[in-house]
Amino acid sequence: MASNKNIRFLAATKLGMTRKKYCRFKKSGIRYIDYKNPDFLLKFVNEQGKMLPRRITGNSLKYQRRVAQAVKRSRQLALMPYVTDLLK
Amino acid sequence: MNQYETVIVLTPVLSDDEAKRSLDVYKEMLTGLGAEMVHEERWGLKQLAYPIKKKTTGIYFVIEYKADANVVAKLELQFNRDEQMLRYLTIRLDKFSLDYNERKRRGEIGKGRKEPAAETTTNA
Repeated sequence: MASNKNIRFLAATKLGMTRKKYCRFKKSGIRYIDYKNPDFLLKFVNEQGKMLPRRITGNSLKYQRRVAQAVKRSRQLALMPYVTDLLK
Repeated sequence: MNQYETVIVLTPVLSDDEAKRSLDVYKEMLTGLGAEMVHEERWGLKQLAYPIKKKTTGIYFVIEYKADANVVAKLELQFNRDEQMLRYLTIRLDKFSLDYNERKRRGEIGKGRKEPAAETTTNA
Protein backbone atom coordinates (compact mmCIF):
# COMPACT_ATOMS: atom_id res chain seq x y z
CA MET A 1 0.00 0.00 0.00
CA ALA A 2 1.61 3.27 -1.06
CA SER A 3 2.72 5.01 2.08
CA ASN A 4 1.14 8.31 2.82
CA LYS A 5 4.15 10.38 1.85
CA ASN A 6 4.42 9.52 -1.78
CA ILE A 7 0.77 9.83 -2.68
CA ARG A 8 0.73 12.50 -5.37
CA PHE A 9 -2.45 14.47 -5.98
CA LEU A 10 -3.00 15.85 -9.44
CA ALA A 11 -4.37 19.15 -8.15
CA ALA A 12 -3.70 20.95 -4.87
CA THR A 13 -6.50 19.63 -2.69
CA LYS A 14 -8.19 22.19 -0.49
CA LEU A 15 -9.23 19.54 2.04
CA GLY A 16 -7.25 20.72 4.98
CA MET A 17 -7.60 24.42 4.23
CA THR A 18 -10.61 25.93 6.06
CA ARG A 19 -10.81 29.72 6.18
CA LYS A 20 -11.74 31.09 9.62
CA LYS A 21 -15.29 32.37 9.13
CA TYR A 22 -16.19 35.61 10.85
CA CYS A 23 -19.25 37.78 11.15
CA ARG A 24 -18.66 40.81 8.94
CA PHE A 25 -21.08 42.90 10.97
CA LYS A 26 -19.26 42.37 14.25
CA LYS A 27 -15.90 42.91 12.59
CA SER A 28 -16.75 46.19 10.89
CA GLY A 29 -19.11 47.35 13.63
CA ILE A 30 -22.21 47.67 11.47
CA ARG A 31 -25.22 48.03 13.70
CA TYR A 32 -28.10 48.40 11.26
CA ILE A 33 -28.79 46.61 7.99
CA ASP A 34 -30.71 48.89 5.69
CA TYR A 35 -33.43 47.17 3.66
CA LYS A 36 -33.52 50.08 1.25
CA ASN A 37 -30.30 49.40 -0.59
CA PRO A 38 -30.41 46.08 -2.38
CA ASP A 39 -26.85 46.07 -3.70
CA PHE A 40 -25.53 45.38 -0.22
CA LEU A 41 -28.12 42.68 0.40
CA LEU A 42 -27.23 40.93 -2.85
CA LYS A 43 -24.13 39.59 -1.10
CA PHE A 44 -26.38 37.40 1.05
CA VAL A 45 -28.46 36.01 -1.78
CA ASN A 46 -27.54 33.37 -4.37
CA GLU A 47 -28.11 33.54 -8.11
CA GLN A 48 -31.76 32.48 -7.86
CA GLY A 49 -32.40 35.26 -5.34
CA LYS A 50 -32.65 32.83 -2.45
CA MET A 51 -31.07 33.70 0.90
CA LEU A 52 -27.75 32.03 1.72
CA PRO A 53 -27.50 30.00 4.94
CA ARG A 54 -25.38 31.09 7.87
CA ARG A 55 -22.74 28.45 7.23
CA ILE A 56 -22.03 30.13 3.89
CA THR A 57 -22.35 33.78 4.85
CA GLY A 58 -20.62 33.22 8.19
CA ASN A 59 -22.92 35.68 9.93
CA SER A 60 -23.66 35.44 13.59
CA LEU A 61 -27.23 34.41 14.47
CA LYS A 62 -28.26 37.91 15.53
CA TYR A 63 -27.16 39.54 12.28
CA GLN A 64 -28.29 36.69 10.05
CA ARG A 65 -31.82 37.27 11.35
CA ARG A 66 -31.56 40.98 10.64
CA VAL A 67 -30.25 40.27 7.15
CA ALA A 68 -33.18 37.89 6.60
CA GLN A 69 -35.63 40.52 7.77
CA ALA A 70 -34.04 43.19 5.58
CA VAL A 71 -34.09 40.90 2.53
CA LYS A 72 -37.75 40.09 3.09
CA ARG A 73 -38.62 43.75 3.40
CA SER A 74 -36.74 44.71 0.24
CA ARG A 75 -38.47 41.88 -1.56
CA GLN A 76 -41.77 43.28 -0.39
CA LEU A 77 -40.86 46.63 -1.89
CA ALA A 78 -39.80 44.99 -5.17
CA LEU A 79 -36.25 46.21 -4.66
CA MET A 80 -35.16 42.56 -4.73
CA PRO A 81 -36.80 39.66 -6.57
CA TYR A 82 -38.36 36.69 -4.81
CA VAL A 83 -37.00 34.29 -7.38
CA THR A 84 -35.02 34.94 -10.52
CA ASP A 85 -32.11 33.57 -12.52
CA LEU A 86 -28.63 35.03 -13.12
CA LEU A 87 -29.22 37.63 -10.49
CA LYS A 88 -25.53 38.54 -10.03
CA MET B 1 -44.17 59.45 19.88
CA ASN B 2 -42.27 56.84 17.92
CA GLN B 3 -40.39 57.52 14.73
CA TYR B 4 -41.61 55.73 11.61
CA GLU B 5 -40.28 55.33 8.12
CA THR B 6 -42.65 54.64 5.25
CA VAL B 7 -41.69 53.65 1.74
CA ILE B 8 -44.44 53.98 -0.86
CA VAL B 9 -44.47 52.89 -4.50
CA LEU B 10 -46.83 54.68 -6.88
CA THR B 11 -47.86 53.65 -10.37
CA PRO B 12 -45.55 55.00 -13.10
CA VAL B 13 -48.60 56.29 -14.99
CA LEU B 14 -48.58 59.38 -12.80
CA SER B 15 -46.60 62.35 -14.01
CA ASP B 16 -44.02 63.76 -11.63
CA ASP B 17 -46.10 66.54 -10.20
CA GLU B 18 -49.15 64.29 -9.79
CA ALA B 19 -46.99 61.91 -7.78
CA LYS B 20 -45.66 64.84 -5.77
CA ARG B 21 -49.21 66.09 -5.19
CA SER B 22 -50.45 62.73 -3.94
CA LEU B 23 -47.46 62.58 -1.60
CA ASP B 24 -48.27 66.06 -0.31
CA VAL B 25 -51.83 64.96 0.38
CA TYR B 26 -50.46 62.25 2.66
CA LYS B 27 -48.00 64.61 4.29
CA GLU B 28 -50.74 67.11 5.09
CA MET B 29 -52.85 64.31 6.50
CA LEU B 30 -49.94 63.25 8.67
CA THR B 31 -49.22 66.73 10.02
CA GLY B 32 -52.96 67.16 10.48
CA LEU B 33 -53.00 64.12 12.73
CA GLY B 34 -50.23 65.54 14.87
CA ALA B 35 -47.26 63.87 13.24
CA GLU B 36 -44.00 65.68 12.68
CA MET B 37 -42.19 65.23 9.39
CA VAL B 38 -38.51 64.46 9.82
CA HIS B 39 -37.23 63.68 6.35
CA GLU B 40 -38.51 63.03 2.87
CA GLU B 41 -36.76 61.37 -0.05
CA ARG B 42 -37.76 60.88 -3.62
CA TRP B 43 -36.18 58.03 -5.58
CA GLY B 44 -38.37 58.72 -8.58
CA LEU B 45 -39.02 56.15 -11.26
CA LYS B 46 -37.33 52.83 -10.57
CA GLN B 47 -37.44 49.41 -12.18
CA LEU B 48 -39.37 46.90 -10.07
CA ALA B 49 -37.81 43.49 -9.44
CA TYR B 50 -41.09 41.81 -10.36
CA PRO B 51 -44.26 43.22 -11.94
CA ILE B 52 -46.84 44.56 -9.49
CA LYS B 53 -50.36 45.05 -10.88
CA LYS B 54 -48.97 44.43 -14.37
CA LYS B 55 -46.55 47.36 -14.00
CA THR B 56 -42.79 46.90 -14.14
CA THR B 57 -41.71 50.33 -12.91
CA GLY B 58 -42.81 52.44 -9.97
CA ILE B 59 -42.25 55.83 -8.35
CA TYR B 60 -40.63 55.44 -4.95
CA PHE B 61 -40.97 57.84 -2.01
CA VAL B 62 -39.48 57.50 1.46
CA ILE B 63 -40.88 59.59 4.31
CA GLU B 64 -39.73 59.65 7.90
CA TYR B 65 -41.92 61.10 10.61
CA LYS B 66 -42.53 61.12 14.32
CA ALA B 67 -46.06 60.09 15.21
CA ASP B 68 -48.27 58.29 17.69
CA ALA B 69 -49.11 54.68 17.07
CA ASN B 70 -52.71 55.23 15.95
CA VAL B 71 -51.67 57.73 13.27
CA VAL B 72 -49.94 54.99 11.27
CA ALA B 73 -53.11 52.89 11.12
CA LYS B 74 -55.08 55.84 9.73
CA LEU B 75 -52.39 56.55 7.19
CA GLU B 76 -52.34 52.97 5.97
CA LEU B 77 -56.11 52.98 5.71
CA GLN B 78 -55.74 55.81 3.23
CA PHE B 79 -53.02 53.91 1.41
CA ASN B 80 -55.38 50.98 0.96
CA ARG B 81 -58.00 53.25 -0.56
CA ASP B 82 -55.60 54.82 -3.04
CA GLU B 83 -55.60 52.90 -6.34
CA GLN B 84 -52.43 54.61 -7.54
CA MET B 85 -50.55 53.00 -4.65
CA LEU B 86 -48.76 49.84 -5.74
CA ARG B 87 -47.12 49.01 -2.44
CA TYR B 88 -46.28 50.57 0.92
CA LEU B 89 -44.15 49.49 3.90
CA THR B 90 -44.03 51.23 7.27
CA ILE B 91 -41.47 50.34 9.93
CA ARG B 92 -40.81 51.71 13.37
CA LEU B 93 -37.26 53.01 13.72
CA ASP B 94 -35.21 51.79 16.69
CA LYS B 95 -32.08 53.44 17.97
CA PHE B 96 -29.78 51.69 15.52
CA SER B 97 -31.84 52.58 12.46
CA LEU B 98 -32.34 56.12 13.75
CA ASP B 99 -28.61 56.54 14.14
CA TYR B 100 -28.02 54.99 10.73
CA ASN B 101 -30.45 57.37 9.02
CA GLU B 102 -28.88 60.39 10.71
CA ARG B 103 -25.40 59.31 9.69
CA LYS B 104 -26.56 58.63 6.16
CA ARG B 105 -28.01 62.11 5.92
CA ARG B 106 -24.78 63.55 7.24
CA GLY B 107 -23.04 61.64 4.49
CA GLU B 108 -20.81 59.56 6.73
CA ILE B 109 -22.09 56.42 5.10
CA GLY B 110 -21.14 56.37 1.43
CA LYS B 111 -23.55 55.56 -1.37
CA GLY B 112 -24.87 52.26 -0.08
CA ARG B 113 -21.49 51.48 1.48
CA LYS B 114 -22.19 49.73 4.74
CA GLU B 115 -18.72 49.76 6.36
CA PRO B 116 -18.03 53.12 7.94
CA ALA B 117 -14.36 52.94 7.10
CA ALA B 118 -13.20 55.72 9.37
CA GLU B 119 -14.76 54.90 12.71
CA THR B 120 -16.43 51.83 14.04
CA THR B 121 -19.84 52.55 15.49
CA THR B 122 -19.45 51.86 19.16
CA ASN B 123 -22.51 53.86 20.17
CA ALA B 124 -24.76 52.48 22.84
